[in-house]
Amino acid sequence: MHETTAPPGAAAPVFYQQEEHAHGESGTLLGFWLYLMSDCLIFAVLFATYGVLGRNYAAGPSGAELFDLRLVALNTGLLLLSSITYGFAMLEMEKNRVDATLRWLAITGAFGAAFLAIELYEFAHLIHEGATPQRSAFLSAFFTLVGTHGLHVTFGIVWLVTLMVQVRRYGLIADNQRRLMCLSMFWHFLDVVWIGVFTFVYLMGSMR
Amino acid sequence: MFSNLDLQQIVFGRLTLESIPYHEPILLWTFIVVAAGGVSLLGAITWFGQWGYLWREWFTSVDHKKIGIMYVVLAIVMLLRGFADAVMMITQKALAVGVNEGYLPPHHYDQVFTAHGTIMIFFMAMPFVTGMMNYVMPLQIGARDVAFPFLNNFSFWMTAGGAALIMLSLFVGEFARTGWLAYPPLSGAAYSPGVGVDYYIWGLQVAGVGTTLSGINLITTIVKMRAPGMTMMKMPVFCWTTLCSNAIIVTIFPVLTATLALLSLDRYVGTHFFTNDYGGNSMLYMNLIWIWGHPEVYVLVLPAFGIFSEVVSTFCGKRLFGYTSMVYATAVIAFVSWLVWLHHFFTMGSGASVNAFFGITTMIISIPTGAKVFNWLFTMYRGRIRFESPMIWVMGFIPTFVLGGLTGVLLAVPPADFVLHNSLFLVAHFHNVIIGGVVFGLLAGVNYWFPKAFGYKLDPFWGKVSFWCWLAGFWVVFTPIYALGLMGVTRRTQHFDDVAVQPYLTVAVIGVFIIMAGIAAFLVQLVVSFFRREQLRDLTGDPWGGRTLEWSTSSPPPPYNFAFTPVVHDLDAWWDMKRRGYARPLQGYRPIHMPRSTSAGVILAGLSTVLGFAMIWYIWWLAALSFVALIAAAIRHTFDYDRDDHIPADEVARFEELRTAQLANGVRADA
Repeated sequence: MHETTAPPGAAAPVFYQQEEHAHGESGTLLGFWLYLMSDCLIFAVLFATYGVLGRNYAAGPSGAELFDLRLVALNTGLLLLSSITYGFAMLEMEKNRVDATLRWLAITGAFGAAFLAIELYEFAHLIHEGATPQRSAFLSAFFTLVGTHGLHVTFGIVWLVTLMVQVRRYGLIADNQRRLMCLSMFWHFLDVVWIGVFTFVYLMGSMR
Repeated sequence: MFSNLDLQQIVFGRLTLESIPYHEPILLWTFIVVAAGGVSLLGAITWFGQWGYLWREWFTSVDHKKIGIMYVVLAIVMLLRGFADAVMMITQKALAVGVNEGYLPPHHYDQVFTAHGTIMIFFMAMPFVTGMMNYVMPLQIGARDVAFPFLNNFSFWMTAGGAALIMLSLFVGEFARTGWLAYPPLSGAAYSPGVGVDYYIWGLQVAGVGTTLSGINLITTIVKMRAPGMTMMKMPVFCWTTLCSNAIIVTIFPVLTATLALLSLDRYVGTHFFTNDYGGNSMLYMNLIWIWGHPEVYVLVLPAFGIFSEVVSTFCGKRLFGYTSMVYATAVIAFVSWLVWLHHFFTMGSGASVNAFFGITTMIISIPTGAKVFNWLFTMYRGRIRFESPMIWVMGFIPTFVLGGLTGVLLAVPPADFVLHNSLFLVAHFHNVIIGGVVFGLLAGVNYWFPKAFGYKLDPFWGKVSFWCWLAGFWVVFTPIYALGLMGVTRRTQHFDDVAVQPYLTVAVIGVFIIMAGIAAFLVQLVVSFFRREQLRDLTGDPWGGRTLEWSTSSPPPPYNFAFTPVVHDLDAWWDMKRRGYARPLQGYRPIHMPRSTSAGVILAGLSTVLGFAMIWYIWWLAALSFVALIAAAIRHTFDYDRDDHIPADEVARFEELRTAQLANGVRADA
């Protein structure tokens, strides 16, 4: 319990701190968490939109007719693996091993790029079949939700490459460790969102 | 689409000479006046050689105090623009009755009311509130800056970029004619094919990024950077309201961003989120936009409540009555604000149960708000009230806001809302709470903290003139508008057949001119105070007998705010220090670690604004170019690892010795 009122006549306590107290790195991590939660709300809106419009096929194709679950399962596997490899990169970072960190980061980026390639293939295939975002509200919501996730992965890869250059050039200094930590949170966050997409859009969509 | 591509279209998109409305006399004259004013301002800056100073000391500054002031300056400029729209709207209404068509044709009138709402909320109230929080909160918690100083500068320029796009729509193209929330299907490509809605979308998107980031920044600052000893329940109430307000910002602005992005996809790509055909659902937009929109009013009013709390306890010479209940009331208002959005469209037909739920949650909000009003009243009870300029705003606020709150509770009853929906009664209600609550609070805040920011008080005479004009003008405008609303007159009407409404509207016009006098008196107050600054000078740093830490440093504060971090033992920390005889340390200064100015914020926000402009006008090459440049500039900025600087100990000593001299003999600050 804290006292809200000091007793009258009490001796004047210390009112100024002579030592400079550092504002730690944790501020960045908290701020980045807050950013991730705000980003999460963007996905929440897209999920809600999909929830409302997801069955408005407008006499067009439904998810059950369009989705190739084997392809999506492969894609999910790639993204989940990339989270594990990012974890390995962070473990190497803790041991302060630059080359091993970079190697695992490169593998992570490769998994991410493969994920994007398959997603683009899927999109191209759908559009080729006439299932374009303009075809129905369901497809508008589908392309926007999945595409926004893909856009995040794209930015994640750009960021990853930038960080790899910076780690190579400046080493695993405190600034770079903090940045790798932020990207780590971002990358895992995208994984979590993808699990939502996989379940809510693909699995449940295929059951309809 | 690609059949008639020609060079002009590739280079300029849909921007043609015809887009510049030189054939509309009102706009032409506005343009001439604005251009003349702008050229003379820019010319004056050039003549006096102030560009370098502005660039180094202000535009690229990461000092939260300077950024806060820039926010407020932006807000005041936009207040003038938004108010000009209000004057045009109400005079048009009063004139265009019976056979008279007035002077604003419908397509122009519709742009005016859309611009009025958009500007007043997004580019007047928001920057004003953000500026106040930016300036005051770090000082109140004993911090030297915010958690992310560069981000703060970037956020400001994004807000300014959004404002620039909205202002540009006045002279290049047109603005939206959809109302300030741009409901589809009216705002969709089918019914609004022009650039108006695109200006709206991109102006808000660019500014919205800034707002979200600023929210993250200020929350982190409060959570991580409070002075030692300042537990959450020892924070000034203004910091609590800032925390809750920014928590709302971080939760709702992403919703706005996503919603507007979906609307843009409908407009640019041809998707079917909110269209009438192919399974779209425009009611989804209403829900999403109000999930942003209702909490937004609490984003604005909570910091105003915080300002009133600080002002009341200072000018009554008492600790705030019911501090703990004030904190909980703030938190409850913030929480319930997320659960009331549907009351904006009871008439949509969601059914009795849904309407009842949202009607009840809306009424519940009035309980913590009422608790706050009683806390302010009990703080005044048996206090030694000093009726100085900040305090009189509180006196005007309490009755005005309570009446606005009561009409709000009335509208929260779904059957009553069915009668009053979209009427002028609603318009009167929300102006009642936004002017009576937010604007009065902000003007109280300006009068209260101006001496802290500039080292001299604002002139009390012109402050009182401004207050009485605002208060009287407000009631003269909105009493007849309430009455018209009860009679069933709808909002956003450009012409009335029934001549019976004209007397009421004429009274409202008189009221608008009284408010105009209030705004003019405020500007006169700023000018007069500048010229009388030697008489109004504050040398103590504590001109009002303040209670919180911002008054413990000099006016204006040094760049580092506090030479030594204050240690907090009690609520109202500065009052406690004064009461128990604090001793200001006079030696042992150390170099102070501070962030360095950077031009990255201006560059990134500038590129974002160009990107917005290119998208509005379908200038695809420019959009692609500015987007790539934006990414490249952002990446380049991350290669700058050397972002900090030290203020050397002897410079700190110089500042502090000047302050010692000021406190001792009243030596002028600029001597």
